[in-house]
Amino acid sequence: MSIAAAQKKGFGAFIWDYLTTVDHKKIAHLYLVGGGFFFLLGGLEAMFIRIQLIKPENDFLSAGLYNEMITMHGTTMIFLAAMPLLIGLMNAIMPLQIGARDVAFPFLNSLGFWLFMFGGILLNCSWFLGGAPDAGWTSYTPLSTQSPGHGVDFYVLGLQISGAGTLMGGINFLVTIVTMRAPGMTYMRMPLFTWTTFVTSVLILFAFPALTVGLFLLMFDRMFGSAFFDVALGGNAVIWQHLFWIFGHPEVYILILPAFGVFSDILSTFSKKRLFGYTAMVFATILIAFLGFMVWAHHMFTVGLGPVANAIFAIATMAIAVPTGIKIFNWLATMWGGSITINSAMLWSLAFIPSFTIGGMTGVMLASAVADYQYHDTYFVVAHFHYVIVGGVVFGILAALHYWWPKLFGKILNEAMGKWAFWLFFIGFHLTFFIQHFLGLMGMPRRYWVFLEDQGLDTGNLVSTIGALLMGLGGLIFVINIIYTAFKGENASGDPWDGRTLEWAIPSPPPFYNFKQTPLVRGLDPLWIEKTEGKGEMTGAEPIGDIHMPDGSILPFIMSIGFFIAGFGFIYQTDQKAWLLAVFAGMGIALLCMLIRSLKDYHGYHITKEELEREAD
Amino acid sequence: MSHDHSLNPETMPQEPEKATLEGKNKFLGLWFFLGGETVLFASLFGTYLALRNSTANGPTAQDLFGLELVFIMTMLLLTSSLTSVYAMYHMKNNDFKKMQLWLGITAFLGIGFLACEIYEFYHYIHEYEFTFRSSAFGSAFYTLVGFHGGHVAFGLSWLIAIMVRNAKRGLNLYNAPKYYTFSLYWHFIDVVWVFIFTVVYLMGKVG
Repeated sequence: MSIAAAQKKGFGAFIWDYLTTVDHKKIAHLYLVGGGFFFLLGGLEAMFIRIQLIKPENDFLSAGLYNEMITMHGTTMIFLAAMPLLIGLMNAIMPLQIGARDVAFPFLNSLGFWLFMFGGILLNCSWFLGGAPDAGWTSYTPLSTQSPGHGVDFYVLGLQISGAGTLMGGINFLVTIVTMRAPGMTYMRMPLFTWTTFVTSVLILFAFPALTVGLFLLMFDRMFGSAFFDVALGGNAVIWQHLFWIFGHPEVYILILPAFGVFSDILSTFSKKRLFGYTAMVFATILIAFLGFMVWAHHMFTVGLGPVANAIFAIATMAIAVPTGIKIFNWLATMWGGSITINSAMLWSLAFIPSFTIGGMTGVMLASAVADYQYHDTYFVVAHFHYVIVGGVVFGILAALHYWWPKLFGKILNEAMGKWAFWLFFIGFHLTFFIQHFLGLMGMPRRYWVFLEDQGLDTGNLVSTIGALLMGLGGLIFVINIIYTAFKGENASGDPWDGRTLEWAIPSPPPFYNFKQTPLVRGLDPLWIEKTEGKGEMTGAEPIGDIHMPDGSILPFIMSIGFFIAGFGFIYQTDQKAWLLAVFAGMGIALLCMLIRSLKDYHGYHITKEELEREAD
Repeated sequence: MSHDHSLNPETMPQEPEKATLEGKNKFLGLWFFLGGETVLFASLFGTYLALRNSTANGPTAQDLFGLELVFIMTMLLLTSSLTSVYAMYHMKNNDFKKMQLWLGITAFLGIGFLACEIYEFYHYIHEYEFTFRSSAFGSAFYTLVGFHGGHVAFGLSWLIAIMVRNAKRGLNLYNAPKYYTFSLYWHFIDVVWVFIFTVVYLMGKVG
């Protein structure tokens, strides 16, 4: 394949290109489209929840459907929206920030995406096949083992498949950062977003296998008659809670750390200052990740683990506030005395700081085990985690999209619409969730589909629903902005924000080989160094030469379809043994693809020096 | 583009598995993967430890386990790890035939291990009516040991596939990392078995 052949394509070729691509930037596009779709779906589910709670004893949704709605809202937003959107951003930007031409395992990168996508589709097929999972996103046993129908089976298989994809992504990013940094890009010169990608990948690597095991045990109990959670046969339902939260707590750091990286890069770029306390920021990131692994039982204070366990986990949890506080102050100090530009990316970043601090503060409140008996399973908890996840992660994703959109697609998102979306969403967000703290303190429990009249909950819930509608409106404007920008957006230069890091040293969107010459990095904020020293562009670390590129492949797509088919087989073989055929067929397809991948040689191809020089003219 | 020159050099480098960037990536990637696998098995061990006395009036560990068979299995698997080390030694000396020979012995020992395990499970099910469904202990036992057995089976298929694929063309810088990462994986499976031997069988007999 030459460069010219890649540029000429019809619609069929375009689809085929995306199905077989191993280019990290195109896979990033796929992640953003997939994650964006599930984000809208999860948002729609949130709207249904809030409409149901707009007034006392509403009958908009039945109790069962409401349970399905809250389960799917949580599961979709965490696993199918927030994480893929972040992984998409990491895919697009991290290799550029370290001066690499691709990730370490381009094939696995593609496989990771397709597994996520088919896992997500499998999970959502449940809506049309007898009902979605309804045991909450945490799917606690024995509720989840007793839940009738196939809803929870879809949860188990869908998350298992998409989780495998995420794990691959994590390993891929780790190896990429260790082996593929450009000359001079030492660890302590990496931009914060790359650092947080690295630490997040470590968390993915060590957290996801616990979920894998939990899901297997649940699958065996539901489908093959094992007794892990069956008390009558000596099982223990609390094992699920441990496994789930050993995964689940690091998971919230998997979500928030990349957002921290995004804000660090944006605040430093738009303050025209190097990040304040860079070393402390890196250290705090690692410390948060480390502590994040030993606090899972704070989700289980009321289970009855005993005062000693509760005390230890309470203290460990409160300790996380220290590195997080370090970060908050460093962001403030980065802006102090800087030459600040306020645009949409910056608005989301500025709004993040107070919003996330509120969420962090309620987090410390919840960390107190004794007080938690009062807050547990009330709307106070709902308010808390929406403040950190929306105020932290969603703001981070939106900031990152505004910041890196030019690099991803070569167009700048419309500023006016960006600001409209921001203000509506920001006000709507606080309107929705701030009041939920008080609803929770007044005793409103989570996950109930109705509340009674005149309990002091009516106004609060109405306000909350109005806020949710404003958030929905803000989200809608953002989507319109994307469509508008695609057709009428202003073309971006390679460096529209006067950036500091390597991704701004190449054209927007970057050529598929990223860097014609691997750049030579001379310090933190490498592009900024070259700018201040008068050169304005990166020096190559090597003469222009042939570039080795990986081969595209359809195998990841077919392999994922194999697992998808096997997933249906596992779910329905409990009804009829004939479905075991689907298990064998699906697994057969997947294993055959693995075998082909292992036996066929993939040597890749070279872009020759002559082609590169022609390209320059 | 011809790759024969770069992947089949005149003299093999000291560490052919890490001589290319792809090789280095695979080497490191497999190490990270094993880190994840460690958490996977740790979770299974944790579950087993929590449920190992939940026999629901069925057979207990002491009734079931016979250390003779498990000893033979341990020897088979530990030896197979050693033979895979010999194979890698020959890889570094660029002696493809001896490498294949030692890997063949490794596969043979692995199959022996797997056969013993299948016999063991068959024995428990038919002599003691101890199944995956009889108690929480049964579920936890078959899941932990079965996951390990599944890893052995997957490793064997992997090994045989690359041995057959490369039988005629010898060692080069493209397939050396494939052999080497297999040997890393195989050592890991061995280490897990050492823990299973201790935690499941020894502690089951005397703990």
